[in-house]
Amino acid sequence: MLTERLYTSKYSFFDKLLAIDYFLIFIVIMIGAVSVFAIHSTEGGEFSYYTKNHLIRLVAFFVMFLFLSFIKIIFWYRNAYIFYFICLFLLIIVLLFGITASGSKRWINLYFLNLQPSELMKIAIIVCFARYYHKIQSADIQNYRFLLIPITLIIIPCYLVIAQPDLGTSILIAGSGIVVIWLAGLNIKYFVYSGLLLLVSFPFVVSILKPYQKSRILTFFNPDRDPLGTGYQIIQSKIAIGSGGFFGKGYLKGTQSYLEFLPEKHTDFIFTLFSEEFGFLGSIILLLLYILLIYRVISTGFIVRSFFAKLYCFGFASAIFLYVFVNISMVLGLLPIVGAPLPIMSYGGSSMLSIMLGLSIVMSCRIYSQDQISKY
Amino acid sequence: MHNRASSVQKGRVISRRLFILTAAKLLLFAGITSRLYSLQISDREKYEILSDKNRIREWKTPPQRGLITDFYNKILADNDRVFQVHLSLDEIQNFDQIIFRLKNIINLSNNEIRKIYKTKEKLKPWDTLVASDNLDWSEFSKLNLYLHELEGVKPVVSSSRYYPYANNLVHIVGYVGQASIKDIERMEEIRENLVPGLKVGKSGIEYSNEKLLIGKYGIKRYEVNSSGKRISQLEHIKESQGSEIKTTIDLEVQKFAQELLKGQAGSICAMDIYTGEIIAMASSPTYDPNKFTHGINHKDWNEIRDNPLKPLVNKSIAGLYSPGSTLKPLVALAALEFGTIDPERAIECKGHKHPYELYGVKYHCWKKHGHGYMRLRNAIKQSCDTYFYETARLLGVDKLSIIAKRYGLGSNILKDIYFDEKKGIVPNTQWKKNAMGKSWYLGETVINGIGQGYIQTTPLQLCLMTAQIANGGYKIKPHILYDENINIENTKLEIAKQFTNDSLLGSPNTKENYLEEREYQLYERLYKNSQNINFVKDAMFGSTNEQYGTSYKSRYEDPKYQFAGKTGTSQVKRITEVERKLDLKQSQIEYKNRDHALYIAFAPYKDPRYSISVLIEHGGSGSRAAAPLANKLIKKIIDRHGIREQTRKANLTLA
Repeated sequence: MLTERLYTSKYSFFDKLLAIDYFLIFIVIMIGAVSVFAIHSTEGGEFSYYTKNHLIRLVAFFVMFLFLSFIKIIFWYRNAYIFYFICLFLLIIVLLFGITASGSKRWINLYFLNLQPSELMKIAIIVCFARYYHKIQSADIQNYRFLLIPITLIIIPCYLVIAQPDLGTSILIAGSGIVVIWLAGLNIKYFVYSGLLLLVSFPFVVSILKPYQKSRILTFFNPDRDPLGTGYQIIQSKIAIGSGGFFGKGYLKGTQSYLEFLPEKHTDFIFTLFSEEFGFLGSIILLLLYILLIYRVISTGFIVRSFFAKLYCFGFASAIFLYVFVNISMVLGLLPIVGAPLPIMSYGGSSMLSIMLGLSIVMSCRIYSQDQISKY
Repeated sequence: MHNRASSVQKGRVISRRLFILTAAKLLLFAGITSRLYSLQISDREKYEILSDKNRIREWKTPPQRGLITDFYNKILADNDRVFQVHLSLDEIQNFDQIIFRLKNIINLSNNEIRKIYKTKEKLKPWDTLVASDNLDWSEFSKLNLYLHELEGVKPVVSSSRYYPYANNLVHIVGYVGQASIKDIERMEEIRENLVPGLKVGKSGIEYSNEKLLIGKYGIKRYEVNSSGKRISQLEHIKESQGSEIKTTIDLEVQKFAQELLKGQAGSICAMDIYTGEIIAMASSPTYDPNKFTHGINHKDWNEIRDNPLKPLVNKSIAGLYSPGSTLKPLVALAALEFGTIDPERAIECKGHKHPYELYGVKYHCWKKHGHGYMRLRNAIKQSCDTYFYETARLLGVDKLSIIAKRYGLGSNILKDIYFDEKKGIVPNTQWKKNAMGKSWYLGETVINGIGQGYIQTTPLQLCLMTAQIANGGYKIKPHILYDENINIENTKLEIAKQFTNDSLLGSPNTKENYLEEREYQLYERLYKNSQNINFVKDAMFGSTNEQYGTSYKSRYEDPKYQFAGKTGTSQVKRITEVERKLDLKQSQIEYKNRDHALYIAFAPYKDPRYSISVLIEHGGSGSRAAAPLANKLIKKIIDRHGIREQTRKANLTLA
């Protein structure tokens, strides 16, 4: 650490304000606004518990996002590993003292918020890997010795999260980490090989899954296998989306969600509700908002000078894509129901916290875009 | 420098990798978009239907049963208000607890509770269970008092079958009860209308005219949530009532006839001899059809089933009896028509000391000391058995059976309405060969001549026979469901037309083929020579209105009520020599061995319009037990004749 030399520029406050990506902020506000309406609709148009909580969290974490944006990028670089290990530590705490709800142990009670450390881990792993690959030489990246550490760093939290059990988040953590490794330039053959290995070991993996996870995956391949059990969610979600048509049933008029046919409509199935009420048109607009969000994050990656920031931005953009893709594919019946929230839209403090935190690091990258971080 | 080169290298790699990743992302987003397109635009209709199926649930409401009325539109089968308890299963949290509470409030028996649990198993979680379908008012109001504690329990005022003249018409109208699997299999209409607690006809008109009476179910459409709880009512298609069925029965006469039979087992039938309308068809004893509507209890059912007088049997059509002497007018008619006997021929009846003998077998007349010399008219009037032994011997059973069948014996009359109707037996040589594989004995012909032996008839058949003799020998169609196309004017016109046709062309009945058995058209003449019909009618007049006639005591002097009839006393058991010597009175014989008392008549004699038959099971002699009832009944019918004709005219002008 002592050998590090940092080339930091001087920024006036005005420079910082100018550097802020207002377009990104605008998109976040837009998605946030849509999410408030969607949550409002899950309560049948009443402004009560869920809507209120969601709005408070949205505003609080949005403000947090703005403040944290001014933290120097070097801070994240320096504390990347610490951040990772804090999250790991929290995951172990969850395993030991976590709060159990609906059969899984995912939360730590912080009184003002039930924190879900696995959500934070989704960001931490990107930051951690960005630093890791920042430091090593390009020639060393292909060296399997340098591959062992990141793989270990992925497997440990994934195992802890699967044990909660929470297959969805664990997939997202692994996916985020793998995407960063990919971006860092690991040879394609490793991906091909491990992909093949995964395919071959799939039956084995399925056999060690929990019964409900197994049945979800089996049901994905044939939703009619158990139309009132695990297949119910997929079938009802497809009915809701399909019956929305081009323009949708109208705000607060989604019968599927209003009449409680939709499960978990606040969290994982929020897109279903939105799509039922706002139809194909609304869904495409929401998708476009997410594409713009990803685009803005990537564009930040292009203007930063340090490899750490670049890797982080591209990695985080891909992670956002992953979250959105997994969630929407899931509710459309394209992927098994694994339980993954839709960024910003879904009700849930930790997921909101993690996405806002991730965005604030992106913003920090942008504000301090000229900072150089060198190993020597 | 090494570091810088590495940096540049890394920068290049990351851009390339990002490019590939972005391309992949766009591809996957395109995939999502196409999926959205296929769900929301291509397959939209399919999912809209599924969504409606999800949220809309239908409840059938029971159809309203059509009414059954008598000739004067008096309601015989009504729909009455009943108080029911419905349980909405989707709203009940703790079923056992609710049942326990209900048990204390409305007095459910353990048996009923078992039944409730049994039905619940067959129902879907959002169905309605009818816990009790006939509460009395005090239970119902008590239930309403506790209602706030009983979630999912609904007091419902519904309609159900009610028979205001309960016992008087049960054999005609029938009764309803819970639709059974057999009922459901029987008829498409029942399947279609099936709702929990649907009542369908189980006997009589209720059963045979189910299709007309059942009506059409209603539909209530509700929007429901995922657990099936009703959120709002979307639509209500009201159920419709089945058609009204009008019968030819005169409620007053029917009630009167039932009253006459009270305390005895028997039957009374009354018929319009021209239109064939059945005015009364009483059977005794009876039972209360209202008990069946909500499921009869064991005690009541056992009482009805085990009654030795067999209330469940409609004796008018399903009771088979030897006609006894009531067959004599027909035997006489047959003998006259075939020319086998000269009515002026005198036969001596010598009493029990010198009975009629054939091949060594003795045949006794009922009269101990004999009738002396009898001619045919007197033989009918005084019901001399000896005369008819000889007449039957001369006539032969085959010729007798032709005439008996022609005048309505031995075939079904109301089979399309009463499936339990019996045909009876009109024996002949062929019949015996088929049924028993034995040849006919002449002795059997002899006892056939006095309506004993194999011959079996229903009281309604005897009534029809009397009607077809009384109307001058024309075929009529007896019916119990009112048919406005059959009225007295049409009928008389048809008969008159038939008569002129016959005189112009010559009826087949006047020719040699009179012997043939064949189907007769409606209003076709049944006789060969009308003098023979008139002879029999006159003899029956004598039997009632002249001294020494067997029913002389039951006569009317007033020509308005004056009727002609014939008594009958049919033996249930062969009388042994010992018994004959003992000369027991009927009251001294065991009930089940006593004779059946019969009586047939038509009235008024001068211009006949109605025929009746009376049967009292084990009533003893026809003249003592049956004829006096006929006397009262005929007065009642004739008294109501004017109003009946008025109503008929009113009905016609209305239609």
